[in-house]
Amino acid sequence: MSGTTVAVTGLGVVSPTGWTPAEHWDALLTGRSGLRPLDRFDASGYSSRLAGQVAGHEAIGRVPDRLLPQTDVSTRFALVAAQAALADAVVDPSALRDYDMGVVTANASGGFEFTHREFRKLWQDGGDAVSVYESFAWFYAVNTGQISIRHGMRGPGAALVAEQAGGLQALGQARRTIRKGVPLVVGGGVDSALDPWGWASQLSSGRVSPSDDPAAAYRPFSRDASGYVPGEGGALLVLEDLAAARARGAGQVYGLVTGFAMTFDPPPGSDRPPTLARAIRSALDDARLTPPDVDVVVADAAGVPHLDRAEADALCEVFGRRGVPVTTGKPLTGRLYSGGGPLDVVGALLALREGVVPPVPAGCDPVDDSLDLVLDAPRELPLRHALVLARGRGGFNAALVLSRA
Amino acid sequence: MPHLTMTDLQRLLVASAGAPEGVAPGADISDVPFEDLGYDSLALIETVTKMSREVGVAVDHTDLIAVPTPRQFLAGVNAQLQVDAR
Repeated sequence: MSGTTVAVTGLGVVSPTGWTPAEHWDALLTGRSGLRPLDRFDASGYSSRLAGQVAGHEAIGRVPDRLLPQTDVSTRFALVAAQAALADAVVDPSALRDYDMGVVTANASGGFEFTHREFRKLWQDGGDAVSVYESFAWFYAVNTGQISIRHGMRGPGAALVAEQAGGLQALGQARRTIRKGVPLVVGGGVDSALDPWGWASQLSSGRVSPSDDPAAAYRPFSRDASGYVPGEGGALLVLEDLAAARARGAGQVYGLVTGFAMTFDPPPGSDRPPTLARAIRSALDDARLTPPDVDVVVADAAGVPHLDRAEADALCEVFGRRGVPVTTGKPLTGRLYSGGGPLDVVGALLALREGVVPPVPAGCDPVDDSLDLVLDAPRELPLRHALVLARGRGGFNAALVLSRA
Repeated sequence: MPHLTMTDLQRLLVASAGAPEGVAPGADISDVPFEDLGYDSLALIETVTKMSREVGVAVDHTDLIAVPTPRQFLAGVNAQLQVDAR
């Protein structure tokens, strides 16, 4: 079934920039930021205090009451995004065969806030006080499971854990699942870890910006890059065998997933080179494209100087100096871990559809002119193919190629 | 001797596992199967744990999670509480 064409037919977004693809797209075009001082707890004593937070944090009211006692906020976001994506694709899961629908999600943080609360009960009140739901609410695979159960999707399910690279890997795995014969897969990822324990864990990376200024804290590829700002949320997408989507009368095709590859870097200190460039080349090979075919790159954009350098080097190696327009919207949302790649895919699909590349948010003063960064204003281009990149701490690289339908 | 009422059970179910599905708020759920209410075995274990802490008596969930309806569940709980009080 490797000849199967995989289409994206539905988008579901839960992001610091909004609860819908349209709100997120508007934020990308206008530079509206979703970063603000952490308001979940008093973070004044921490080394970083800024986060990309989802407005109306508690997804209560958007998921069934019965699921509230058993779900972390990240899982509520996943359920909201999945339902939105299915509604956007006009899919009624109860009208399809249950084994014809799969779920593939990525998860980097698990249910931090839920688990923090249960640990507090454990230490203060004893083991009997710990919720039985802790048994799965923390777990990386929980979003795949909850989406599967809620919508009766009993086809292949999977969960991927690869920090920020996981979300693209989930979409790559969703594509593979469809090419093996499953007509429809819900794929993507969300994360949230903004409780005190989750926050402390995020800060341990040493890569989080200490700035309190939402407009300046996260400036990838800029001379004043000082780390990234963590965020929460992400996106889930409905992916379908294009022929099956047409057969059921799907109303819209946002774009096609035409190429995917992932690589793993050598360990620190190795004399072997990093492998992001190889991931890009492999993804293009998979899409049967060459570097000049790519019209825009949505970068990983770590905001950490040596990581920005490594990404710029990989792009120059494959595309040549200033060889392709490069953009990122991450400074508006923060890094969303497993949610980052899928949300970038949503932005890239809308860019392909509209023929417009949203700019890197204002304030970027590029370290050099090796990259053709889209600065200052949206750039109108005839777009056919977009490349989305994601890197996960620990050596993970992922590259996904999207094409106009 | 502690004794649990259907009102107590409903309150504990909601606190442990959320409001039931498929019934109007405040409806009598005594004979509606747990399965139809959306409560699975984990929901019942959670309810028993919460109940045990509240009444100060360790109730064993082993047999309780297999009963089909709230009425039978309540009878099982009260039988245990009665035995415990002797």
